[in-house]
Amino acid sequence: MRERSYNFGYLDEATKRSLRRAILKSVAIPGHQIPFGSREMPIAFGWGTGALQINCALLGPTDTLKVIDQGADDTVNAISLKKFLHRMTGVRLTEQTSQASVIQTRHRIPETPLRAGQIMVYQVPIPEPLRFLEPREIETRKLHAYGEYGAMYLKLYEDLAHHGESKSSYDHPVTVNGYRLSAPSPIPKFDNPKLHHSPALQLFGAGREQRCYAIPPYTNVESLSFQDHPFRVQSWEQSCEQCGSNNSFLDELIVDDSGKRRFVCSDTDYCHQQLSKLL
Amino acid sequence: MFVSAKGGETAIENSIRLLAQRRRGDLSVEQVSSSQIVEQLGLAVDRVMAEAALWEPITAAHAIQQARGDLVEAVFLLRAWRTTLPRQAFSKALATENMRLERRISAIFKDIPGGQVLGPTFDYTHRLLEEIEEDPSPPSPPEQLHVEDLMRNVPTVARLLEDVDLMQRETPENSGHVPFDITRESIRFPADRDQRLQLLGRGDEGFLLSLAYSVQRGFGGNHPFVGELRVGWVMIEVELEELDLVISLGEVRITECQTVHQFISTSDQPPQFTRGYGLVVGHNERKAIAMAIVDRALRSKELGESIQFPAQDEEFVLAHLDNVQASGFVSHLKLPHHVDFQSELHLLRCLRAAHSAKTYSTSEGTEL
Repeated sequence: MRERSYNFGYLDEATKRSLRRAILKSVAIPGHQIPFGSREMPIAFGWGTGALQINCALLGPTDTLKVIDQGADDTVNAISLKKFLHRMTGVRLTEQTSQASVIQTRHRIPETPLRAGQIMVYQVPIPEPLRFLEPREIETRKLHAYGEYGAMYLKLYEDLAHHGESKSSYDHPVTVNGYRLSAPSPIPKFDNPKLHHSPALQLFGAGREQRCYAIPPYTNVESLSFQDHPFRVQSWEQSCEQCGSNNSFLDELIVDDSGKRRFVCSDTDYCHQQLSKLL
Repeated sequence: MFVSAKGGETAIENSIRLLAQRRRGDLSVEQVSSSQIVEQLGLAVDRVMAEAALWEPITAAHAIQQARGDLVEAVFLLRAWRTTLPRQAFSKALATENMRLERRISAIFKDIPGGQVLGPTFDYTHRLLEEIEEDPSPPSPPEQLHVEDLMRNVPTVARLLEDVDLMQRETPENSGHVPFDITRESIRFPADRDQRLQLLGRGDEGFLLSLAYSVQRGFGGNHPFVGELRVGWVMIEVELEELDLVISLGEVRITECQTVHQFISTSDQPPQFTRGYGLVVGHNERKAIAMAIVDRALRSKELGESIQFPAQDEEFVLAHLDNVQASGFVSHLKLPHHVDFQSELHLLRCLRAAHSAKTYSTSEGTEL
């Protein structure tokens, strides 16, 4: 058998062009889900195939790539995806947020502020913010067309009435550019404010659901809330046990059988930066 | 050639011979052995054992071979064999906390006591076709791993949540409770959890997978986290009451999954996570996770949630998940039905005659 060889970026050029067209369209209509002919990738659906396809179409030889999962560079899926993209493109890899031209992420936005020229590529499981209120695509398309988002406000209201608190702790819905209801992907609420007026281009890819959407740089992004119940993010009594940070998202680790807990930064690069400042 | 259903004895005989030929394939290619299937197609063997509800690897491999690789047919063969075996005893409840783990992960904490142990998994392979050499050198062993050092007595992640009261504790019913036995009694609705879990445990993997997927996509209304997935070996023990003795029959490989879902709260109890439970014979993570999600979806009634979707509907799920039943009934349509069909033909002709008589009289009416 002959050794198989692959194109730069794994996908063939025609497929990459079709993806780029979908990406451009998504940038032109902020927050609107653009259907695209999603391909089977050598990574399972649900593991980041949307973001991966965007990256295959996006990366050029001069890019520097960072891949994180849950904020960390060293989590197994981040390593696996990074290895794949590196093998198929040969791009430079980095763990430093500030050094990256493209950052693929699952479930977090880095703590280090992004800058103009950077591109965030989000892995998205369910791109439709209304999906758990209305499972049928034919219906949700109509709701978007009419801008009929009352059901979402009603759900938030019901959470408040029953629990005194919004039940969505991640993937909290946002309106993009003052209009379009969008799913920020399952980032914690903590990260929602970073979407607003970000200098970076933010692309969202959902491979299994065959949709992509975008938040162009410096776009208004508002988290849904009520005037008398403003949007609030998570905060901790603890500080990071490694770097002492008291303004980052913290992971809870269970360290022994008796259930003893430790709290550390979920953003590993940020934690290292803070630590090196202390030294 | 037309063979009428009557007098088809020679036809059957010839069909069976043809089948045997097809099964053997090209005679210039070596025949596979059952032990090759056990060793090299182990996950197929595991799936067949799980859905047949019988731990007997070499027999399952034999069934796969006889079924020409049709796994549902192999499940059928193994079930038909299982049915001939006498029931000797009930084992004690499996102590999965004490199992010998070869793989164990949690998606809800970055680190857990006992650690995240990947073990053998496809998860982080890239699905690129590899070259399979004709006469390969043995695969190189992993670093720093002694297969004998499989972890034992690792507490479940669920217990860590129970201990701080964040998840509903689930204790077995009083010891006198004799579990429902779906292999000896007919299914009863509403089904208790023992009945449901047994049915899910040997239910069709594809059916459970799609149901679980429907829950995730909004046709089921609850989001699962994989609290823990463990694969390993668990001891089967039987208590001999008259001798006051517990004997071990040996170990079987199992896959256990506990999923964590959003909250319930009552007026006298603060909110807690709820749980789904999946347990499958052999190594089958896809099915164990799917089973846990479907188990949780089927708890909707018990937890006071509205039932709107297929995965929450107990009769819909439990009555249709068995692939031996389903495959039998769907394929029975290949049997002759000409008597029924003749009756339908007769009826249809009568209806058409009545219809044209009516049309004729109406058109006459307009003429007048």
